[in-house]
Amino acid sequence: MGKDDVKLLSMWASPFCMRVKVALAEKEVAYEEILENDLMGGKTELLIQSNPVHKQVPVLLHDDKPVVESTNILTYIDEVWPAKPLLPTCAYGKSRARFWADYIDRKVFPAGRNIWTAKEDGQVESARKEFLDILMYLDGTLGDKDYFNGDNFGFVDILLIGLTSWFPAFEKYGGFKVEDHYPKLAAWITRSYARKTVSESLTNPEKITNFVGMMRQMYGIE
Amino acid sequence: MAKQQDELILLDFWASMFGMRVRIALAEKGIPYEYREEDLKNKSHLLLESNPVHKKIPVLIHNGKPVSESCIIVEYIDEVWKDKAPLLPSEPYAKAHARFWTDFIDKKLYQPGRNLYTTKGEELEASRKDFISCLKLLEGELGDKPYFGGESFGYLDISLIPFYSWFQAYETYGNFITEHESPKLIAWAKRCIQNKDSVSNTLPDLEKVLALFNK
Repeated sequence: MGKDDVKLLSMWASPFCMRVKVALAEKEVAYEEILENDLMGGKTELLIQSNPVHKQVPVLLHDDKPVVESTNILTYIDEVWPAKPLLPTCAYGKSRARFWADYIDRKVFPAGRNIWTAKEDGQVESARKEFLDILMYLDGTLGDKDYFNGDNFGFVDILLIGLTSWFPAFEKYGGFKVEDHYPKLAAWITRSYARKTVSESLTNPEKITNFVGMMRQMYGIE
Repeated sequence: MAKQQDELILLDFWASMFGMRVRIALAEKGIPYEYREEDLKNKSHLLLESNPVHKKIPVLIHNGKPVSESCIIVEYIDEVWKDKAPLLPSEPYAKAHARFWTDFIDKKLYQPGRNLYTTKGEELEASRKDFISCLKLLEGELGDKPYFGGESFGYLDISLIPFYSWFQAYETYGNFITEHESPKLIAWAKRCIQNKDSVSNTLPDLEKVLALFNK
């Protein structure tokens, strides 16, 4: 069988792209990263062709066949390279992982965005409260486990950890610290960052925070 | 693992397109279950306990363990009862493709559809345009295949067909005719209803759904 040709169309600040990088690293799958321009540049022809419906990164090109939407990509990666499974093996465990994946996807990033785009104090406060309420559920489901997946770093861990590179930006503009409210979740972040697959795949949060600061200026928020 | 005496309870609302997905999947697999109609203005204790995060139907309770979110439930059903009538394709790329379009339906079709009967003026106009362009994209994906799944009715067909029962409502409030905009989709929907008992036995009458708004 020929060697798999795997390419990832990504953008450095995208937490959704970071997820895919972590997953590929966990599976030890070699790939070529093709960086899209950031917000300032136009979208490349390759991106538009590979994802004509949404025109967004990440896009995984496996032997030139595109797979899009980060959670969908992670599921695909787990099915194509089944060694070291990311999802639990039993159907019920899978359904729980998918439930939390859906929750994270629907809630975390939009709530974070509401924090850094808020213009008035009242808006910041309600955005912060909403974000912390969302984290409460995640903290609850993590419980006393090392990882959302149990003893092993897995699907839900990977989906959330990419987003945590944006947490310092949310904390800065929201005026809070996750560790003050949810120490277990904060410990999980530290524990996950100790994995090479994570530390080498995630963009430095400081760079993200600077990027958010720049976007706030662009949008006239500060 | 499916046991000899599985206890299955479905908490649902008759007009919910998401609930219909689950009912169709269960019917495709020939799985018996207890259907419980929820009053969405007065949700049952069981629903609130089974889905404390979202408090929404559908919820499938399998031997006491709840599964929520329609797509997750359908995949769960497909995995547990994998020996009967497979719903998802077996090949990972085809699976990813089916999941992508289901995600598209949930993210891009549902809200504009809802806006057709909850908004007016410019917002309604914009939603109509969005809705119709989504239908056309889906029609493109269907192409000349009899079903989205190819020769066989499958996961993506199940994801979309319940929306057909809302088309009369969408058309009345959105002021357009789906058949003019996406004739292949209408042909596909009628084919599903004609050929699949699971669909014809599950979808409510279009008039009944429309009557929901006349109360």
